[in-house]
Amino acid sequence: MEVFVQQLINGLTLGSIYGLIAIGYTMVFGIIGMINFAHGDVFMLSAFIALMLFLFVTAWLGIGSIAIALIIVMIGAMLLTSLWGWTLERMAYRPLRGSFRLAPLISAIGVSIFLSNFVQVSQGARNKPIPPMVRDVIVLFERDGYAVALSYKQIIIMLTTAVLLAIFWYVVQKTPLGRAQRACEQDRRMAALVGIDVDRTISLTFVMGASLAAVAGTMYLLYYGVVSFADGFVPGVKAFTAAVLGGIGSLPGAVLGGLIIGLVETLWSAYFSIEYKDVAAFSLLAIVLIFMPSGILGRPEVEKV
Amino acid sequence: MALNTSHAPAIAAPGAASSVTGAQVATALREAGIAALLTLGLSIPILAFKTEQNQSNALYLQPRWGVVAVVCGLIFLVRFAVCLRAMRRAAAPARLKAPASPFVQKLFGIAVPLFLGVALTYPLLASLATGGLAGARYWIDLGILILTYVMLGWGLNIVVGLAGLLDLGYVAFYAVGAYSYALLSTTFGWSFWLCLPLAGILAAFWGIILGFPVLRLRGDYLAIVTLAFGEIIRLVLINWVELTNGGAGISSIPRVTFFGVPFDSSENGFASLFGISYSPMHRMVFLYYLILVLALVTNVVTIRLRRLPVGRAWEALREDEIACRSLGINTRNTKLTAFAIGAMFGGFAGSFFAVRQGFVSPESFNFLESAIILSIVVLGGMGSQVGVAVAAIIMVGAPELLRNLGFLKQVFGADFDPNEYRLLIFGLAMVAMMVWRPRGLVGHREPSMVLTERKAISGSLVKEGHG
Amino acid sequence: MRWQEDPILEVQHLKMRFGGLVAVNDLSFSVGRGDITALIGPNGAGKTTVFNCITGFYRPSEGMLSLRHADGTTYLLERLPGHAISWKAKVARTFQNIRLFTGMTVLENLLVARHNPLMIASGFTLLGLFGLPSFREAERQAVEQAKFWLEKINLIDRADDPAGDLPYGAQRRLEIARAMCTDPILLCLDEPAAGLNPRESHELNELLLSIRRDHGTSILLIEHDMSVVMGISDHVVVLDYGTKIADGTPEEVRNDPSVIAAYLGVEDEELDKVEAEVGL
Repeated sequence: MEVFVQQLINGLTLGSIYGLIAIGYTMVFGIIGMINFAHGDVFMLSAFIALMLFLFVTAWLGIGSIAIALIIVMIGAMLLTSLWGWTLERMAYRPLRGSFRLAPLISAIGVSIFLSNFVQVSQGARNKPIPPMVRDVIVLFERDGYAVALSYKQIIIMLTTAVLLAIFWYVVQKTPLGRAQRACEQDRRMAALVGIDVDRTISLTFVMGASLAAVAGTMYLLYYGVVSFADGFVPGVKAFTAAVLGGIGSLPGAVLGGLIIGLVETLWSAYFSIEYKDVAAFSLLAIVLIFMPSGILGRPEVEKV
Repeated sequence: MALNTSHAPAIAAPGAASSVTGAQVATALREAGIAALLTLGLSIPILAFKTEQNQSNALYLQPRWGVVAVVCGLIFLVRFAVCLRAMRRAAAPARLKAPASPFVQKLFGIAVPLFLGVALTYPLLASLATGGLAGARYWIDLGILILTYVMLGWGLNIVVGLAGLLDLGYVAFYAVGAYSYALLSTTFGWSFWLCLPLAGILAAFWGIILGFPVLRLRGDYLAIVTLAFGEIIRLVLINWVELTNGGAGISSIPRVTFFGVPFDSSENGFASLFGISYSPMHRMVFLYYLILVLALVTNVVTIRLRRLPVGRAWEALREDEIACRSLGINTRNTKLTAFAIGAMFGGFAGSFFAVRQGFVSPESFNFLESAIILSIVVLGGMGSQVGVAVAAIIMVGAPELLRNLGFLKQVFGADFDPNEYRLLIFGLAMVAMMVWRPRGLVGHREPSMVLTERKAISGSLVKEGHG
Repeated sequence: MRWQEDPILEVQHLKMRFGGLVAVNDLSFSVGRGDITALIGPNGAGKTTVFNCITGFYRPSEGMLSLRHADGTTYLLERLPGHAISWKAKVARTFQNIRLFTGMTVLENLLVARHNPLMIASGFTLLGLFGLPSFREAERQAVEQAKFWLEKINLIDRADDPAGDLPYGAQRRLEIARAMCTDPILLCLDEPAAGLNPRESHELNELLLSIRRDHGTSILLIEHDMSVVMGISDHVVVLDYGTKIADGTPEEVRNDPSVIAAYLGVEDEELDKVEAEVGL
């Protein structure tokens, strides 16, 4: 029971991070029907940016307050990663729009290979650790010497996720930008005919996805305190699983899917075998796609004859 | 890689057919400036600083603005050149692009025999060029590597190019083939020639097992599930230590023999049997011809299959699955045969890999391999056998050139290793290639059966499948 | 009436539900052997849904679709897997939005339709790989059959051109020829005359009549072009809102007030007025 509650907390924390990445997948897929294969690596890049900003803020500027440092790091990472997201869309995906269907996917795989190797070449192949930022924990209850703890950083991660989701939910549902996005999702050509700047909307979608990935990257860094150039692929695939599980194209679905994947991963590691935790995630992806391709909150696709 | 140039002025001043005006240069300069500024933005902080560890293992930032300046300058120049080129092109009178000029077709006609000739005499050519068999070691090794990818490309081409099923986990079947040979030969001592067909059959079997549940999925979903399966197989290979020896891999796999005659300096060895002096290169040359034969078998079988009902059904499936069903084609079985046959060739190539290396480990079968094979197929032009071969030479051979750029050390310092940039450039090349030729090198399709006159079919009509 | 005496296809109590929407409700009709039967109705009446049920693209929510061959063999179409409807039950179809293999040549399109016989002749690929004479013979026959149809639809000169390069009318004819290459006993055509000019539409009539005459194939077609419907069909079934509102010879249907009302879109109570206006 104690182990279960502890894993539940850990799983939800991890799930929040996956959910944030998953939104990037789901929004891009919704609007241009493409799996942005490089999104996992954008997340990894953002974690590196966050790491470097953290070093910059603490060591160079000497800001002692962790809260202020964290906010600066997160906003800085969001801005800088957004610039990457914008540039990648502009250079690797936009020229291919309306072309051969496989082209954007291959291009995205190329971007993914480029990004992970760019970080490897520019920052080195080793793991990059930072000293823990937030150490305090709240012991919820204790039984038989096993303490169920909720750490401050877990609270920060979950709260940040919730707040940012609320903001993005508002943007997508209530603002003209969100309306344009939803219109482009339905019918891009028609949206262009009624005067929506489709290119700009798609660019902004990539920017939003990248900035949420940057939040996820900052949270990942806060949680694990270490990042390496190879950290993009597996979280990327897991977040994609989350997006599919929740129903691709659905924002709440992506978050729900993220939480489920996070829980499955931590509970699997705790009760079955930690070596096979990635196998479990990949198998879940296959099972979901095969048996419920429209996901939990997605719309079923009817075959048109 | 440069920014999309669509917003560059498309109309030049009259009379300036090939030169560009001052205003245009100014525009190009501005564009280049923006690109450089953007690069500067992207460089912060990831390129502008390097994270280093000090004595107490704490990270600190090491500024390197010089690198940023060099990169920004390079981008500026590239962007400027691309802009000017685009303007000059727009200014030049529009030339009608012939779909396939007779010259190009003729070139195609000689390309195939030429390739074949070079492939057959390659070890000889290599030793002549380098002055001896021993000196040609590197080149023959490279030839073997390229041919392995040609074979893998041709195998995957059945699945992706002909049947239109996007498979991102092809490397799994390569792994099944490699481990089949590794395990069967080290456990039971079976010979390569017995294991080769078995490896193919096992890979095909896995193709069917994995294909069965996933083939009703469409498009990118199929790609992702096959990717997941590829990763699952790799992770199982890593974690099932009792069977596969885990990440350490399986070593001392029996070497290839000349149909039972070992390549060694002993009495019964290949060299003494044929009365020639022993050279370790004999095995290399044999391996070269072995993979050449395997690749050619793959090619011939594929060409024949295309003309059989099953091959035509694959292509029809790529064009329109619903129409296929209405014509009584069992789409599931047809897809499965494509998957299984593609997997089988992957399995053959895998057992060749194992016998060549004498060592297999899960890390040889990661996602990057699948991505390389897939990009060979796509760059080749979906469904084109010649295109795939050319693409394999470019994608596998070109990065090897980086190894020979030792002189760059003099420019960038002693710890500059051009090889480090291999994958970085590979990733960039994948993007550039898609932007430049999304349909691949060979953009047209050859009909499988002709009534009176053979005409190439323009790529714009050929669909790419939705699976 | 042939459709009552010797039906080739009997549709009984067919119902097709999509979630909450009932597209076809309790529909029953028969298609006579050797008849040309037209299925008509306003847009959204559920005609294509009926086709998709007959040809195995949808599994009906309720109802039975029985197809009887001349030798008495009966197939329940709703229970057959999709591809068996063409191969075993011998029902072929075309599509409202033409579905040709655009990147394949005209000849290849027709050869794909001979997939199953050629598969058997090629020993499920294994024998064909070695180019056995029996396979070559089967292949030759398939090409002959393709040539026959190409002559018939006037496309023999374009046999080696990609199907996607053909003009619209020729694509429609090719799709019919491709369906005929599967040797069907029932040919289902979804709006074959859509987008054709009057001359092409006339040629289509001739083609359909000759298919019936020379090959004994029964035809079921969905059509909006009344010159086709009234000109060649023996039997007309009218659908509206997923139910049958009329069924009979073209003359009977033409004069049926509920059909007129359905097409003009009036309520039942106004029917009398409309009838008076149109002079019934």
